[in-house]
Order: sequence, then C-alpha cells, then structure tokens
Amino acid sequence: MSAGLKRRFWDQIKVMLGRDPSRPIVAEIAPQAQVMHHYKRGNRDLIAEKLHARAHAEHKNTWRNRRWITLILANLLFVISFQFDIQILEGALTASRLIGFHAVDLNSGLQVILAHKHIIVNLVIGMTTMLVFWMLFGGRAFCSWLCPYHLLAEWAEKIHLYLVKKKLVTDQPMDRRLRSVFWLIFALLALLTGYTVYESISPTGILSRALIYGPGLALLWVAALLVFEVFFSRRAWCRYACPIGLTYGVVGILSPLRILYRLEGCFHEGDCRKVCLVPHVLDTVIKGRAVGAEVPIGPDCTRCGLCVDTCPTGSLKFDVKGLSKLM
Amino acid sequence: MSEDNSAQEVGPGSTAPEPAKSGGKPPMSKERKQQARRRVLRTILLTGGVLGAAISGYLPLAYAQKQRLRPPGALDEKDFLSSCIKCGQCVQVCPVQAIKLADLVDGFGVGVPYIDARAQACDFSCDAVQCILACPTGSLTYHKPEFLPVRPGAALAAKPILIAKEKDPEPTLNMHERIGVARLTRPESCLAIQGKGFKGQARGPNFKGEMRYMDVDRWKPIKIADHPYDVPECDLCVRECPIKGAISIETVFAPNGTQRKSPVVHEPCVGCGVCEMICPVEPAAIEIVSREVWRS
Repeated sequence: MSAGLKRRFWDQIKVMLGRDPSRPIVAEIAPQAQVMHHYKRGNRDLIAEKLHARAHAEHKNTWRNRRWITLILANLLFVISFQFDIQILEGALTASRLIGFHAVDLNSGLQVILAHKHIIVNLVIGMTTMLVFWMLFGGRAFCSWLCPYHLLAEWAEKIHLYLVKKKLVTDQPMDRRLRSVFWLIFALLALLTGYTVYESISPTGILSRALIYGPGLALLWVAALLVFEVFFSRRAWCRYACPIGLTYGVVGILSPLRILYRLEGCFHEGDCRKVCLVPHVLDTVIKGRAVGAEVPIGPDCTRCGLCVDTCPTGSLKFDVKGLSKLM
Repeated sequence: MSEDNSAQEVGPGSTAPEPAKSGGKPPMSKERKQQARRRVLRTILLTGGVLGAAISGYLPLAYAQKQRLRPPGALDEKDFLSSCIKCGQCVQVCPVQAIKLADLVDGFGVGVPYIDARAQACDFSCDAVQCILACPTGSLTYHKPEFLPVRPGAALAAKPILIAKEKDPEPTLNMHERIGVARLTRPESCLAIQGKGFKGQARGPNFKGEMRYMDVDRWKPIKIADHPYDVPECDLCVRECPIKGAISIETVFAPNGTQRKSPVVHEPCVGCGVCEMICPVEPAAIEIVSREVWRS
C-alpha cells in the first residue's frame, strides 16, 4: 500500500467518526495518479468526450433493484417465518435464529451487555456470528441491504429531493460528529441507567417488530423521523444520529467487500456524490484528490451501489479485496 | 454543471468549522460563519430532540401504576428490562399466543414481552416453558445467574408439578421462581363463595382465549368458548389450574361467623393466570398480582 493510501485508510476512519475529509498533499499522490491528474487538467478532448458521454448516459437501477429485493425479501422472511410458522428466520432484526443458529444485532447486543452487565453464551454466539458475517460482507451493508428504516428513508429522500427541486424546502445539514456523540451517549446511558435506552427509540427495531408482530404506536416516532427528513434535513437519522450505522461502520473497516474507485475514466462530475447517503466517503472523486489510480472507498460507505448505478463511466464498481489477484 | 457547483451542493459537513485548525485556512466569509453557526444550532436542537425522546421513555416506568405480568422465568423487573433485546422470539414459540410485546406507552419497555392473563394466560401447554428456551439473552431463564438475588417469597418451595404431565417420568416444570401470585381480589363476586354453580361458556361465545384440555388433545389447545361447562358449584379456577396443589376450594369462616366455600391459593402458585382467564364473572373475582411474593 502506498503512503497516500495508508494515510487515507486512517483518515477515512476519522471521517467516519465525523471529521471532514482532507485534501491529500501532492507528495502522497502516487506517480501514476499524478500523471492522470495532469492529463485531465484543461484537456479539451476530455471535455468533448465528457459531454458526449453525458448525452448518451443511460440511467441504470441495477444495484438499487437488487438491494431493494434483498432488503424486502429478508424482512419478509422474518414475517412469513412467524405468520406461517416455517421457522427459517425466527425473531426480529435485533435478535433472531436463522435455521436454529443464533444471530444477534451487534448494536442491540452491545446495548444489552452494557445495560445488564452480564453476558450469556447464546448472546456471544449470536454476536460473533454476525460480527464475522458483517466483517466479510461490508459492515454498513447492514444499513442499505437489511435495515427497513433505510428503505423508508430512501423513499422519503425522494420526496425531499423533489421538494428541494421545487424550492419548497432546503436541506439543513448538521454536524456529522453528532453520530459519534450519540453513540457514546447511548452507550453511557445503557451503562449508567441499566436500561437499553437506545432500543426504545431505534427505528430499525421498531419497524422490524411492527412488520413481524403488528403495528403499534411506536410507529409514530418513525413517522416523525421521516417527516423531519422530508421537510427539514436530508437523511438526517442515518447521517447524523443512528449509532447502529457507526457500529457496523467500525465492523466494516477491514471488510474485503467495498466500492473501488478507478481514477482513469472519471470525469469528476460528482453525480455519485449527489446520490450518496454519505458523500464524504466519495471525496476522492473530486478533481485532483485521488491518491492512487485505484482508491477503495472508506468504511462509512453502506455499499448501497447507488454510485455504481449512477456513474456514467463505470469508475465506481463493487470489488472484493484480493479477488482480482487470486483470479 | 460545473465541478465547483456540485462540490458545494454535496456533503453535509463539507463546510464544518474547525476552530482548532483554522490557523492554516483562509478566514471564513461572514455568510459562511453565519451558516456554520446556524448548523451548530440545528445540531444542538437535533441532539436535544433525540435525547428528549429517548429519555422520555423513563416516564412510563416512573408513573406505572401496576407492573406487567412477565413470561415465566423472567428476571426481576429492572434486570428484565435491561437484558431483554426485544426480539419477540418468546412470542413466536408460545402455543397459545399468551405473550405480547409492549408498545410505546411502556417507554423503555417498548417491544418487551408481557402477558395479559385475563385475555390469554399462560397455561403451560408447551410443557417445557418454551419461551425460556427461546430467549437469546437470558432475560427469561431457567437458572438465575448467581449475582442476581432472589426476592424472599419469590422462590418456589419445590419445582411446580404440571398436572397435565403428572404421569410422565418428569412431571415438573423447570421453574424456580413465581411470576406472581393469584389473589381473590373480589370475593363478593365469586360464584363459589355465593354457593352458585356455572353453566355455559366460561367467558362467553366471543372470547378468543385458548387452553389445553387434556381430555380433548394434549398437544392442541382449543378455544375456551368451544369447551362449555356445567358445574353445580363453580370451581373453574381450581378445575383448570395447571399446577398441582396451587389452589383448592376450602370451607372457610366468613366475617360474620358463618361457614362458606371459597377458593384458597396455596404456596405452589406460580402466577400463570389461568384462574384469572377462566373466572366466569366480570370483572374476574380472582386475579394475578404480578411480581407478588408468597406471604404465609
């Protein structure tokens, strides 16, 4: 790994915790990437090519559709396992049994351990299973591929963006460090009060239970969050509040499954950053920022694939670390 | 669209002020400063809102008039709330759907299981206390961990014998503590005390509650409405109690010195709530006091 990529690896962890991404110093940019950056500067042919590509770009929803189907099927499996008593996936997202094997949501498990201060074997087994699973399959992929709130928030985001376009609302961004603060506060609250305080407001848990065991008043809280996101702040819960996202983000730091950015074909139009839930992970696509010809996207990325669908040049792709070397 | 424009539109936090580092950066324009200040304010408001919502979950606990009846094997209330992961696996295994999950009005207890005994009591038709087996966090447990004390009177003198499996090689339930105790809270309305009998469906034709009747099917609970009674002297609570020796009809002295019949609860009572569910008068003459301990 080059010095630039190594620094970026640590930098992206800090970015996940809420720091702003920083501009790389020129010395850290790999020579190959420097050549590419240089070639792109004021290149008229490139501009013509870009305009041409834009005119012919077709909008794909490949990854989004795959993801929505996965998310809906997984949540449906919880529902039908109970409704028709087929016992494939029993429980809810917070804790379940997949064909008899324990699976425990890492954030919920952590809250319970902190609040109860006692660990039992089944909980550890379930958490370890999920830890290994999500380390392999990209940490925050939990958010975009499994969390039911993510799907609702995506739809709410569409309404929000429509209203923004109509100039009826404006996005009110917040300080991203808030999520880390919330993570700490909820961990401390669990530890000090002995109640799993976060679980009582977790839209993920509330929605999962509502789907499986029937709706309740708790859905009002979820509705309030969605209204807030539609009219006030784009994707506010996932971006600035949800401690589950940070937990899985940390789990995914070393995950081999990530999005890989290839500098060469990129026109630096920033379309990917406009659709992204966490655009700070895509700072590398800004002109002159990439430290290498290939840059892996950081751990706060939810692997949702919207950027892959949007990129007109195929410069952003799903990638498994080391797989290309093996093949 | 130019690159500059897109870079500006994107990214919450892309213009965050970092006073510690501002030394190297050009000074911010007035407008930028104002924007940053507003963002800080908004962030504080969001923090307050979310934390307020979270902490308000404590109010239902503080103002609760009555404790919920929890499933068998539940830890003491505080420990129960802290250890429950709110997954509902106990709900899924219960053959009579006695277990429900609490809603928002329970605050921190949202998503935590409880039993409304009058609507559907736990009659142990599963024979093995399946909900305890299903619990992934030990919130419902066969054996309480050593560091958790047992309240005096909560412990059962002996493992309860389930009448339904009295003839099995292992007739007991793996339970060491009661979840409550039955109390004759309205003796004046009790049919047994009045010396009356009962004929018909115990809770009327529309009651959805289910129970296992050994003479019907050991493994298939049926609706109570489908099992009418005809008894010369009402003893439904005693007749249907699943635990051996937990309740009986005794001759007792009334306050005025006359003798009368009355249901009497004994030490083996685990607090399952079948007596409360089956009691044919409205409201029930006998009720479970949840978390109650045995006082002799």
